[in-house]
Amino acid sequence: MNRTYELMFIVRPDMVDEDLNKLISTLESSVTAAHGTVKSEIWGKRRLAYTVRRFNEGIFVLLILEGTGAMVHELERRLRVTEPVIKFLTVRTDEELKRLDKIKKLRDSRKKASAAPPVTPEAGTEPAPATA
Amino acid sequence: MAEETKAPEASGGETRTAERPVERSSDSRPERSDRDRGPRGPRPGGPGGREGGRKYFRRKKVCKFCTEKIEAINYKDVRLLAGFVAESGKIVPRRLTGVCTPHQRRLSAAIKQARNIALLPFAGRAQ
Repeated sequence: MNRTYELMFIVRPDMVDEDLNKLISTLESSVTAAHGTVKSEIWGKRRLAYTVRRFNEGIFVLLILEGTGAMVHELERRLRVTEPVIKFLTVRTDEELKRLDKIKKLRDSRKKASAAPPVTPEAGTEPAPATA
Repeated sequence: MAEETKAPEASGGETRTAERPVERSSDSRPERSDRDRGPRGPRPGGPGGREGGRKYFRRKKVCKFCTEKIEAINYKDVRLLAGFVAESGKIVPRRLTGVCTPHQRRLSAAIKQARNIALLPFAGRAQ
């Protein structure tokens, strides 16, 4: 019943590193409390495409979550209240990942089928595109 | 024109030659346009490429995602998405980029997500 989400949020650029880490660990603990898993990536300071709350730059942070919708709802509520967070976006990714997985499996099985007649048994790498 | 007068005279009778010169002066213009329309009509490739009106379909552009087998169109890879966005920030229509319909739909969804998270602008610097 666990769904995968990607939560990207932007923090104001004048935030200190340790404060940022504190914020992320708070979010992570709330995720693990709700029996989910979380992986975080800090993208760093980037220029924003438009002015958000009078800032032209921001620190981008990406969280890859696994959990229920209620957990994400809670996280978003927290982010909305947190002052340094100026923008966030949650995307549900499990359907997309499922689709990509399916395509990958299809391509791998096609490759195995074409590599079965032992002309040149390749070592299972996929540099050459499969021609239909 | 001179050749035409000779040919029916050789093949036809006297009545035709008597009628033709009278008719030809009025019929010559529609005849010419019919003959001109002939080669232009069934060959849309020539004028379609030169004219700016783009009435006919262009030289067949292929979908970049289909050929390179890029499956995942993520809102995070700005460089990929920026290639499909005009300078004004608008999403380029698929008849210009040659993207196929399912990929264009995913692409536009990704661009809209990227705009929401300030990775792409809503409106560019164009005036």
